[in-house]
Amino acid sequence: MSRIAARFKTLATQGRGALIPYLEAFDPDLETSLALLKAMPAAGADLIEVGMPFSDPSADGPVIQLAARRGLKAGATVAGVLKMIAAFREQDQETPIILMGYLNPVEAYGHARFCTDAAKAGVDGLILVDLPPEEADILEQPAQDAGLDIIRLVAPTTSDERLRYVLSHASGFVYYVSITGITGTRTASAEALQEALPRLRAATDLPVAIGFGIRTPEQAATAAGIADGAVVASALLSTLADTLDADGKATDQTLPRVLNQIKDLATAVRAGEKKAG
Amino acid sequence: MADPAEQHSTAAQPNSLRHGPDERGHFGGRYGGRFVAETLMPLLLELNAAYDAAKADPAFQKELDFYLRDYVGRPSPLWFARRMTEELGGAKIYMKREELNHTGSHKLNNVMGQILLARRMGRTRIVAETGAGQHGVATATVCALFGMQCVIYMGATDVERQKPNVFRMRLLGAEVVPVTAGAGTLKDAMNEAMRDWVANIADTYFLVGTVAGPHPYPAMVRDFQSVIGEETKEQMQAQEGRLPDVIVAAIGGGSNAMGIFHPFLDDASVRLIGVEAAGHGLDSGKTAASIERGRPGVLHGNRTYLLQNADGQIDEAHSISAGLDYPGVGPEHSWLSDIGRAEYVGATDDEALKAFQLCTRTEGIIPALESAHAIAYAAKIAPTLPKETLLVVNISGRGDKDIFTVAEHLGVKL
Ligand SMILES: Cc1ncc(COP(=O)(O)O)c(C=O)c1O
Repeated sequence: MSRIAARFKTLATQGRGALIPYLEAFDPDLETSLALLKAMPAAGADLIEVGMPFSDPSADGPVIQLAARRGLKAGATVAGVLKMIAAFREQDQETPIILMGYLNPVEAYGHARFCTDAAKAGVDGLILVDLPPEEADILEQPAQDAGLDIIRLVAPTTSDERLRYVLSHASGFVYYVSITGITGTRTASAEALQEALPRLRAATDLPVAIGFGIRTPEQAATAAGIADGAVVASALLSTLADTLDADGKATDQTLPRVLNQIKDLATAVRAGEKKAG
Repeated sequence: MADPAEQHSTAAQPNSLRHGPDERGHFGGRYGGRFVAETLMPLLLELNAAYDAAKADPAFQKELDFYLRDYVGRPSPLWFARRMTEELGGAKIYMKREELNHTGSHKLNNVMGQILLARRMGRTRIVAETGAGQHGVATATVCALFGMQCVIYMGATDVERQKPNVFRMRLLGAEVVPVTAGAGTLKDAMNEAMRDWVANIADTYFLVGTVAGPHPYPAMVRDFQSVIGEETKEQMQAQEGRLPDVIVAAIGGGSNAMGIFHPFLDDASVRLIGVEAAGHGLDSGKTAASIERGRPGVLHGNRTYLLQNADGQIDEAHSISAGLDYPGVGPEHSWLSDIGRAEYVGATDDEALKAFQLCTRTEGIIPALESAHAIAYAAKIAPTLPKETLLVVNISGRGDKDIFTVAEHLGVKL
């Protein structure tokens, strides 16, 4: 069983959803982001999304755009990101790592080579924002050969018919983009999420995580209760950005503040109960 | 021109180069496509269906023809540039006068087609990206014409260097949003327009200004711009009784070039030359020559030649001309380059400035700096070609918007 499947199975037996925090690799520098990554499981991360910086993140809002820019300035490369994951894997064999990014850096690295090297580094799944199933043939076989899940995004705009098509190309879990918009802007209401879930459940047996616009512990608990997991990205990246000094360098506040926020999120998610959804 | 419907009558042959793209939006099986977030996919599929339906509807074509004739001012003349021809002493130079269109460039051909489509689709709010501001002005113009809300994203750098167009757009009632991300040029404006679209899908139509972006934009914009080439074909037939030998057009995203090339793709005798902005020089590192100095990759929804570093991060482009300052190019051009049907070359900032002055001095036509790149290359090869060679340069726009930039480079204070 893959690390992703195993983790969702364990959480299901515990009767709770997953907290899935996001960090941007090399933000604001390799050392800080690796230290943050290593400390995340103890703070309560059940799975972790690691952003691979891209120069033109056209589906992301200002917070992730700035994080990507800091990461690139600090020298992030695809090879560098994979090395960072490998360093994390030396100490943690259980927490699933999902790489999230855009296609072009992967394409420049080489589709097959990327899948092989990512799996070797200890990556479990890929979310490539601008690679819809229609274009995914270039990556599906190499990913499958390497044992990597391709996690599919579905959106409120995805029709029932299209949902079946998209999910026939999904593995690992399903990422429900809860709003029509870019990251870090709006937040979906609990009612909207309640309404959306049955449609997804009817179309897949895969776990469902909700992302885009989840900021507070309450919102995370609600989403993780309704679905099987909650992704929190921009809220954590804003906190990190707030702790940087005038030159954009990490301070002694950077790790503690981001980790405390993850702890608060985890506490709420763990206290929440799973609702039938 | 007899019947306006004839403009669209050049039928493609069975193994024609004019059949692309395939249903996935791929040209030559490799370029183009739909590389966007899932939120946008259903919208692109809807747009595709709406465009196919419009294309098949004679009423749509009739409506478009009406606006092209009475509002845009088509057909545009094919002008024999006698003094420039004499001065250069070689090929016979003709100019396709797209600068005479309403709003001063070829951009309105496409914008008129898309705004009619947006209306058919029931959209009320239009967003668009712009570089030089010509596409933004064209878009703001049709939004004024039809009373629609208009938001134009423009790189902050371009807002600075294209002030007259910014003012025009605001006069026309558009909201112009300066984009400060990256170098503040066309690529960043495109990112921001896509972000707006994804957040406002219910009422918003994204009106792309060139033959790039996800399918169906490259094919649709090409179709709307092909009126340039269709007219050129007829006009050359009327004036010289034959096809032209060489067609030269500037390449930003590639829409004016694609528009004049496409009707000639199956006429193997016609040399098609796209002129990219070489900036400070093709090997200076400050260039916008995506085909000549880039490699294939994925940006803004399509696979195409891109200026990018070894790690797949997109480079900033450089050109004196804001409309060419883009690190990508339309995917159909990438394919035409690979198969050798069209040639792609560069003209530098300095060469464009010289050509700008040459055209103004010899023909009394002040060309856009974008078009001046095409003129520069035409002027370079014309003297090497026999006198009976028929060479057409696409004058994609007029240069009034550029006089401040040109004055500055010539050391003149206005
Ligand atoms: C006059 C003119 N020509 C050419 C271009 C370049 O665009 P394209 O390559 O799509 O024709 C522009 C873009 O702003 C323009 O304003």
